[in-house]
Amino acid sequence: MTPLEETTFFGYLRWIPALPLIGFLINIFSARGETGHGRASKVHWIACLAPFGSFLIALLSFSRLLELAPEARRLTDTVFTWIAAGDFTANLSFSMDPLSAVMTLVVTGVGFLIHVYSVGYMHGDRAYARYFAYLNLFMAMMLLLVLGDNLLLLFLGWEGVGLCSYFLIGFWYEDPEKAYAGLKAFVVNRIGDFGFLLGIFLLFWSLGQKGIWTIDFHTIQAHASLLSPTVITAICLLLFMGAMGKSAQFPLHVWLPDAMAGPTPVSALIHAATMVTAGVYMVARMHFLYVTSDFAMQWVAWFGAFTALFAATIGICQNDIKKVLAYSTVSQLGYMFVGVGVGAYAAGIFHLMTHAFFKALLFLGAGSVMHAVSGETNIQKMGGLRSKMPWTFGTFLIATLAIAGFPPFSGFFSKDEILWQAYASGHGSTALWAVLWIGAAITSFYMFRLTFLTFFTKPRDHHLHDHAHESPSVMTIPLALLAVGAAVAGFLGIPDSWGLGHNLFEGFLEPVFGKPHPGGHFSHSTEALFVGLSVAAGLAGLILAWVFYVRSRDIPVRLARSFPLVYRILLNKYYVDEIYDFLFVRPIRVLSEKIFWKILDAGIVDDGMVNGTARFFQGAARLLRRIQAGDVQSYGFAMIVGVLAIVGFMLLQ
Amino acid sequence: MTHESLVLSIILFAIGVIGFLVRRNAIVVLMSVELMLNACNLAFVAVSRQLMDMTGHIYAFMVMTVAAAEAAVALAIVVLIFRTRGAVNLDQINIMKG
Repeated sequence: MTPLEETTFFGYLRWIPALPLIGFLINIFSARGETGHGRASKVHWIACLAPFGSFLIALLSFSRLLELAPEARRLTDTVFTWIAAGDFTANLSFSMDPLSAVMTLVVTGVGFLIHVYSVGYMHGDRAYARYFAYLNLFMAMMLLLVLGDNLLLLFLGWEGVGLCSYFLIGFWYEDPEKAYAGLKAFVVNRIGDFGFLLGIFLLFWSLGQKGIWTIDFHTIQAHASLLSPTVITAICLLLFMGAMGKSAQFPLHVWLPDAMAGPTPVSALIHAATMVTAGVYMVARMHFLYVTSDFAMQWVAWFGAFTALFAATIGICQNDIKKVLAYSTVSQLGYMFVGVGVGAYAAGIFHLMTHAFFKALLFLGAGSVMHAVSGETNIQKMGGLRSKMPWTFGTFLIATLAIAGFPPFSGFFSKDEILWQAYASGHGSTALWAVLWIGAAITSFYMFRLTFLTFFTKPRDHHLHDHAHESPSVMTIPLALLAVGAAVAGFLGIPDSWGLGHNLFEGFLEPVFGKPHPGGHFSHSTEALFVGLSVAAGLAGLILAWVFYVRSRDIPVRLARSFPLVYRILLNKYYVDEIYDFLFVRPIRVLSEKIFWKILDAGIVDDGMVNGTARFFQGAARLLRRIQAGDVQSYGFAMIVGVLAIVGFMLLQ
Repeated sequence: MTHESLVLSIILFAIGVIGFLVRRNAIVVLMSVELMLNACNLAFVAVSRQLMDMTGHIYAFMVMTVAAAEAAVALAIVVLIFRTRGAVNLDQINIMKG
């Protein structure tokens, strides 16, 4: 696999991230006073047109890309040289290869729909302009991340989206709990970014030792073979640490469920469809390093698989509609990591794309439900909303079918591809497949549990149910469009073995990733058996959920009573937050308070150095003021002594 | 001749310094300052004559001018202080402090 040498200059690329940035600048500077009711329409027109413009340019670039021969599909646009030091240069330049094209289209397309939805969802919010400004800034940063053609730009975008995530989780900062959730997301991401930065430095330095000072993806790829396998493994693991933070993989997943404190469209855009997939994108982008390190691949795949199952089991017992979806996102990101971890990069990115559709749809549907029931998020209090909000229900059901892996919805194709590759790829194994398969059954179970408890059965809270209403069309139209995506996007990736021609999606990404390496030869009937098994998993989850939550509602209660320990552990999310609190948060707090604050800061810095300086001069002054008594004759005496001293000194010389 | 003049000058200067430091009456202190100035004048003139150079004479005239101006201003200040504070003793007038 050699990197593409040919590139085509395409000067419109820079406008893809620039348009949302302009939108951000306009809105943030007109957002004074936080009220903005009168200016609301101006604000959201600017905010929505910016990503729409980016989407159109992305489509234009995509069509330009398709005109080129597959192996020459790379558009570049260098704006200026950012840093130049000796041989080393870093450009502010964008490049679009098939991988970036997929990401850009997903980010701008889904992002635009979520902007439109936000117009309805955030209607009348006190800080309407600030909200849209942050959302646009996020779009700009995310597009910088996926279009930047060197690691430095990727890192800039990476930190930028993290910052916007922090702003938007703590958007309603008057509530301390929400502000704290934003802080938690930021701090946990810092831990991952620490590893990510070390990985970048190690890569930069170890290539530099070989005489190649570069951070440009293409140059790195061309010279990756110079690095020793140990160094590559170390780089891959460090970079993956960043991905674990950003993409909420165990053990750094704790921030994502809390991030649901932000407005729901934010959860859909940042914490489901785009930002959290940045880790998967990064691993796919650095695939040329990962493929050379079997250990790193195994590591990524197994962390992904563990997270997929781990988060899915938590999802079973959560009662907050957004928390269920949050754990589902963590779990689905695990699937994507298994995809890229077993070398099936196209499958991982394919799932990333379909997931962006159906998970954004699920979150927006959840937002629509919350909008209808005046902010209630507890699914135990809902029920029977099916007839009240048909559009929301219909689209939510499509998304549920997609995530549960029912054919012909998009999730079926992408998840099935990952499951198949987890078994059949050279890096895969039966154990890996089995973990994912169980995870798939659980996914189907908790998603249908959510759907049944929300939309089916009898209403459990009549007050909520009576006031429920369908959302305005500015919200339902994005839902419908996303539902179309969630339903049909899968057809882009129909496996070769179905005999319907080449897998379009895989073929499109082939210039970037090369052909996948199968671990052996498998007959079509084996593949069909696996397809059957994964559909069976989805079906099992559906039936179980129906029995538990529609037919005989007392089963889950009895189960919880007979296995109180298991139930409590799942309800409390395996006590991970509590363990972290005990292991890290509290010791650091005690250390900070008793040593860093009371002794180091208050004792040494404040009292010792700052007040000490003042005290020294006070004391010196108290001594010296005695000689300035106002007595002219003693001044005269001092003067004469001085003159005598000087004269004496000169005579002695 | 020059030698004796310089010795006299030193003696006069020393008397002036001691008077400046030990006397309390502001008028006497001023007189001591004048004494020191004139001791300097004597030294200037003596050395000037020894070297046969007129510069020292000119300096002596300049010092006299400055001394006259200084005496006028200083006596005016002393009179004013006496009017406001009712004393000319320096240990009672310790107002030169921050």
